[in-house]
Amino acid sequence: MENLWCVAAVVFQLWMFVVVFLITLPAMFGLSLGVTGVYIQILVKLLEWATVRIQRGQQEQPGVPVPLPTGIIERAEVSMEEEMWELRRSRPIPAKEFALSDVMYFYKKGLESIVDDQVTQRFSSEELASWNLLTRTNQNFQYISLRLTIIWGLGVFVRYCILFPLRITLAIIGLSWLVIGTTLVGFLPESRGKNWLSELVHLTCYRICARGLSATIHYHNKENRPQKGGICVANHTTPIDVVILANDGCYAMVGQIHGGLMGVLQRSMVRTCPHVWFERSEMKDRHAVTSRLRDHVAAKTKLPILIFPEGTCINNTSVMMFKKGSFEIGGTIYPVTIKYDPRFGDAFWNSSKYNMVSYLLRMMTSWAIVVNVWYLPPMTRQDDEDAAQFANRVKSAIAHQGGLLDLAWDGGLKRGKVKDSLKEEQQKMYSSIIVGQNGINPSETNNHATDDQSAFF
Amino acid sequence: MGSRASTLLREEEIEEIKKETGFSHSQITRLYSRFTSLDKGENGTLREDQVNFRGFMRTLAHFRPVEDNEKNKNPPTTEPLNSRTNKLLFAFRLYDLDRDDKISRDELLQVLRMMVGVNISDEQLGSIADRTIQEADQNGDNCISFQEFMKVLEKVDVEQKMSIRFLH
Repeated sequence: MENLWCVAAVVFQLWMFVVVFLITLPAMFGLSLGVTGVYIQILVKLLEWATVRIQRGQQEQPGVPVPLPTGIIERAEVSMEEEMWELRRSRPIPAKEFALSDVMYFYKKGLESIVDDQVTQRFSSEELASWNLLTRTNQNFQYISLRLTIIWGLGVFVRYCILFPLRITLAIIGLSWLVIGTTLVGFLPESRGKNWLSELVHLTCYRICARGLSATIHYHNKENRPQKGGICVANHTTPIDVVILANDGCYAMVGQIHGGLMGVLQRSMVRTCPHVWFERSEMKDRHAVTSRLRDHVAAKTKLPILIFPEGTCINNTSVMMFKKGSFEIGGTIYPVTIKYDPRFGDAFWNSSKYNMVSYLLRMMTSWAIVVNVWYLPPMTRQDDEDAAQFANRVKSAIAHQGGLLDLAWDGGLKRGKVKDSLKEEQQKMYSSIIVGQNGINPSETNNHATDDQSAFF
Repeated sequence: MGSRASTLLREEEIEEIKKETGFSHSQITRLYSRFTSLDKGENGTLREDQVNFRGFMRTLAHFRPVEDNEKNKNPPTTEPLNSRTNKLLFAFRLYDLDRDDKISRDELLQVLRMMVGVNISDEQLGSIADRTIQEADQNGDNCISFQEFMKVLEKVDVEQKMSIRFLH
């Protein structure tokens, strides 16, 4: 019995030694032993081999459904006018009249949207072109070969029994270090030294947390990194975005005050550097939010603010409408694109399906997180554009850099319905076709949904 | 999603839907994924009208493109759901709201109102409806029957206009 305890104690000590000296300390100083790099390379080779095997298997078994990343149906992008003209071509009556066949156009378009549309697919995980040997992404992939299944089984063992405890340990160390470190530094008086120490504490903590997710981050164009007194704007996929960005610089976070663990972290962070946390009730008041942020930006010595103008998590295949509130504050905007590599793990947080804890557990049991972060050159609002147009300009730049689809739809559609005004626009267009009044230009339908937003972000 | 969802849809059901609608096995599983992701209440139906998955598939089946050589090892005893006549019947029922096999002036007005919103006045809409019925009506009952409907649309390429190309 005692022997068992001795053995357990030795194992535990060895474990802690490995974790602390080989991972935590190098992480704090931004060094790497290269283990993660090798791991990623092995994974890439493995996944390539798996892809080839699966494709071969699919050719042999024709009944297996093929993944369709472009959608279930083929849609022709024809305008309403063209379609109506086509429908009337065969009839002897003049073109601008109602015809019984008109209803077919609406029904077909409606069904096409029900079966497959561009927006709702952004609120669920991206479908992979080929299986990446994780159970959770196993959509429509059936048994192909014994070898593949063995590798998958090995993968499960490695991820859950070896990597997962390691990552949990690191995460706990990282977060406790944050709370302890900021509490200690918080006792110091305001000075340059305090700021420097606070940055150190934050950076080291985020680095440890990044290791806790096996995150490999590639930063591009570091010369465009956000400066003090600016606003950093990025596309939002997951709460981990914060960890990713904060590994390379210190930001002032903006957001709602939560309870529980998040609340503890928020309160401790605020002790050392001025983050902007809002009460839930304050969030609804746009002017209060804007003025607080403006004050923060005006003090040029404060850390750059980090804002996600989409307001909700999108699945990293597209960028949705940026809410213009962040772009009304003034100051320089530093756009940042964050693109996750979906082969190694699905980083998207589907908040309707998973809560924060199960999401983090899923993250920690994926293969790894591989991210590319591009810092884009700073932008400011031109004189002849308003906040909404500026927001769209920034959004296009971010989407273009990351190879993401630039959508004008509101991320709020995740939870709410489409506004009636959009339906009314379609009705107006149709009326002008059959009655021919008011010369309405049907191409003016893309600037919707940037005017009245009920939330700031 | 995917393989997990299709276990909720039993193999026999898939076979039945395949026979009834003509969709392939993989198409049915994909559409079932889509159906479940839209079904937020998770009660097996969409929205207030309570469309269940079979009804959903039956509706979609009307929009399958008509193929010249249907790969029919067993030619169906009844007409397939996506034949020209059935597509026209589907369109007819969009107007015939009370299912009495006639499109009355009121029904036509209701549907017209849905399509144009508030942009056209009642009188104008009324005259459009009257004109449409006048042109189509042949037996003088001031309603459009299915035969009259088919006659009006005989030159329209219904097969192409009411078809959605499903991939794979």
